[in-house]
Amino acid sequence: MPLFFNEDQTMLRDTAREFMASEGSIAGQLRKYRDMNCKDGFGHALWRQFGEMGFTGILVDEADGGLGLGHVEAGIVLEEIGRNLTPSPFLTTSVGAVEALRGSPLRQRWLPGILSGETVAALAVDEGPKHRPDAISMQAERFGNGFRLSGRKQFVVQGASADFFVVAAQAREGLTLFVVEKGARGLSVEGVRLADSSIGARLELDNVEIDADAVVGEVGQGAAALSRVLNGARAGAASEMVGLASGATDMTLDYLRQRKQFGRLIGEFQALQHRAAHLYSELEIARASALKAQQLLDERSDEAEAMVSVAKAKAGRVSTLAVQEGVQMHGGIGMTDEYDIGLYMKRDRVLNELFGDPNYHADQLARLKGY
Amino acid sequence: MSDLESFRLQTRTWLQANCPPEMREPVRDETDLCWGGRNAVFKNDAQKRWLELMAERGWTVPDWPKDYGGGGLSPAETKILRQEMTAIGARNPLYSFGISMLGPALLKYGTEEQKKRFLPKIARGEIRWCQGYSEPNAGSDLASLQTKAEDKGDHWLVNGQKVWTSYADKADWIFCLVRTDFAAPKHKGISFFLFDMATPGVSTRPILLISGLSPFCETFFDDVRVPKDQVVGEINKGWDVAKYLLGHEREMISGMGLGTGAAASLGETLVEMVGRDAQGCMTDPMLRADIARFDVDAIAFRAMSERFIDELKAGLAHPAQPSMMKYAGTELNKKRHELVMAAGGSDTLEWQSERSRGGKPAREWLRTKGNSIEGGTSEIQLGIIAKRILDLPGA
Repeated sequence: MPLFFNEDQTMLRDTAREFMASEGSIAGQLRKYRDMNCKDGFGHALWRQFGEMGFTGILVDEADGGLGLGHVEAGIVLEEIGRNLTPSPFLTTSVGAVEALRGSPLRQRWLPGILSGETVAALAVDEGPKHRPDAISMQAERFGNGFRLSGRKQFVVQGASADFFVVAAQAREGLTLFVVEKGARGLSVEGVRLADSSIGARLELDNVEIDADAVVGEVGQGAAALSRVLNGARAGAASEMVGLASGATDMTLDYLRQRKQFGRLIGEFQALQHRAAHLYSELEIARASALKAQQLLDERSDEAEAMVSVAKAKAGRVSTLAVQEGVQMHGGIGMTDEYDIGLYMKRDRVLNELFGDPNYHADQLARLKGY
Repeated sequence: MSDLESFRLQTRTWLQANCPPEMREPVRDETDLCWGGRNAVFKNDAQKRWLELMAERGWTVPDWPKDYGGGGLSPAETKILRQEMTAIGARNPLYSFGISMLGPALLKYGTEEQKKRFLPKIARGEIRWCQGYSEPNAGSDLASLQTKAEDKGDHWLVNGQKVWTSYADKADWIFCLVRTDFAAPKHKGISFFLFDMATPGVSTRPILLISGLSPFCETFFDDVRVPKDQVVGEINKGWDVAKYLLGHEREMISGMGLGTGAAASLGETLVEMVGRDAQGCMTDPMLRADIARFDVDAIAFRAMSERFIDELKAGLAHPAQPSMMKYAGTELNKKRHELVMAAGGSDTLEWQSERSRGGKPAREWLRTKGNSIEGGTSEIQLGIIAKRILDLPGA
C-alpha cells in the first residue's frame, strides 16, 4: 500500500476539509462556545451534523450501521478538526469509545446514538496529572453479580457532557475496562475548563455499582483492550496535531507574505525563511509518521504500537514547534486574543498531554525496542 | 492471488535461492560496497556473483526500462523488491553515481543513441562515473562555475578545475558542467558534458579530509578534447540537466538519514555497548533519553522516505521535495553519529587501533559532517524550500 491517500481517501479529505472549514470554523464554533462559557465546550448541533456526514461511524463496522473504514480515514477527519480547532467529541467517542466497544455486546446499546451524533463518550484513564496507564489504581471490587468502583480520574476529555465513560480499573484478576453511565449512583463529575476552553472532567467514583455486563471484554484482560483503545486515540491525536500544526503554519506563512517592516516583507528575511522551511520539513515528516501509524493499525501489524508512539511523539513536538514559531513570528499581535494563532498554541498544549506526551512516547518506544 | 502477491513470492524465492549469504551481512565499511567500473575491485567472489546475478535480471536498476539494462518493474514491484531485499538483509549489489545521478538525467535528457551507449554499462556496473560540479570558486553558488569549453569545430576543448569530485581517482568517466558561453547570464551559458577520465589532459589529486580519508579529489582539465556527441541536452542549457540531476543526488544523500542496516533502531544497536540496568533499560538515563528522541525522529523520517518515494513514483512529489529530504536526512545522520560517539565514549576516540577497526566510528562521525555540505548545504536547501515550496518573497 503506498504511503499516500488513495482516491476514496482523497475524496473524504476534500469533503471533511470543506465541511470543517465552513461548519467547524474557529469563529463559528470554538470562539462561540468559549465566549458563552458553554459547560460542554462544543456544539451538539455540530456533533449531529458529524452524524449526518457519516463521520461518527467511520470506525463502526458496516454490519453495525457504520462505514467500516479505518484509522487512516478517522485521521483524515481529525486532521481537518485540528486545522480548524473544531471542538467536538469525535476523538473520544468515534475513535476511543468505538474502538473499546468493538466486538462487545454493549455496542448495540451505544452505537446507534454515537452514529447519529446524539451520544457522547469519554475515556477515563488518567488518575494524576501525567498519563500513566500502567499505574492505574482505581479499584473494582466484586459486588453481587457485578463490581463496585472507587477512586478518582482526571483529564476526562468531554467528561462533563458524556453519556457514558470507558473506565479503566483494577479488578482482582487484573486491569479491566468498564462502561459507566452518566448519573450512576456514587459518580460525581466536575467539569473543568482547560486552557484551550475544552472541558476535561474530574471524576470521583465512590462505590459506583456496575453490572457484570458492563464489563468491556474479559475481566482482567483490560490491559490489551486499553492499549488498543489508547493506540487508536493516540494516532488520532497525532493526526489532529498534524492538522493543527498545518493550520498554524499556513497562518504564519500568510503573515510572512504580507507583513512589512524596514520597508520589506518580513518573509524576505533569511532568518525567518530558514526557520519556516525547517518547520515545513518537520511537519511533512510528522504527517508521514501519523499516516504510517494508522496504516499499520488498520493492517493489525505488530509494528503498529511502536509507530503510534513515534507518531504521537513526533506530531506533538512538531505541533509545539509550529505554534511557538507561529506566535513568535506574528510578533505582538500573536499575543492578542483577537488573533487565532494563540488559540492554536493552547490547543497544542492540551493535545500534547492527551494520551501521553512526547517524553512518555519516546520512553515507550525505547521499551518496545528493548532498551 | 493478485499479480503483485505472486511477484512478491517469486521475488522472495529467487532472492532466497540466489543472494549469497555473505551479501546478507550488514555493511561494515566502505570496502563492503561494490562500485563496479573498469578496474572493479571485488572483496570476494560472492560480491562479484551477486552483482552479475542482479544485473542479469536488470535489478541493479529495477525501475529502468529493459532496453537500457533495467528490470522494467512498476513502482509497486520495485517497492516489493526493495522490501524483500530488506527483509533478508540483502546488500545493494552496486553503488553507483551512474545509477543514482547520471542515469535519471540521461533517461530524461539524453538522445536515444546516448541512452543505448551509456545506460546498459551503468546498469551492469561496467563503467564507474564521477561528478564534476563544484569548483574552487563555485560552491553554494554553483552556477558561477568557470571551467571553459571552446568550440573547435569537430570537438570541444575543455580547460579548468573541479573540486570535491567524489572518487575521481577511481572513476572511468565524468559528467561535468562547463561554461560554453561567457557572455550569457550565468545560468544560461552552462553545458553538460560526458567524457572519459582517461582522455589526455585529465588529472586528479585526492584531498585529505578531517577523517584522515580521501574520498574526494581535485580534478584538473588541461586541453581536454571532448567529442561533440557527448553533450547531454542542448548547448548552454546544461543547467536544466544539472538541476534535475541534483534532485536525484539529494534524494540519494537523504537516504543517509535511514542509516545502514535493516530496521534496527539506534537504541537497539547501542544498548549492549552502553549496558543495561536491572530493569533492562540502557544504563545512562540521559543518553537513553537522547537516543529515544533520536529514534522517534529517525523512524518518523523512515516513514517520510517511504512516502516520498511512493509519491515520487506516482508523480505526486513537489519538484523541490528532494531538498527537504536532503536537509532532514543529513541533519539526522549527523545527529546519529554524535550519539554513536557519545555512547561509545573513549572507545570511539581510538583512531588507529585494531579494536576500533582503524578508528571507524570516529572517522565515520567526521565524514558525516560533510553530508550537510555536499550536494548543496542545508542552508541552500532551506532557501530552496522557502522559495519554491513555501512561496516566500524575495531573492
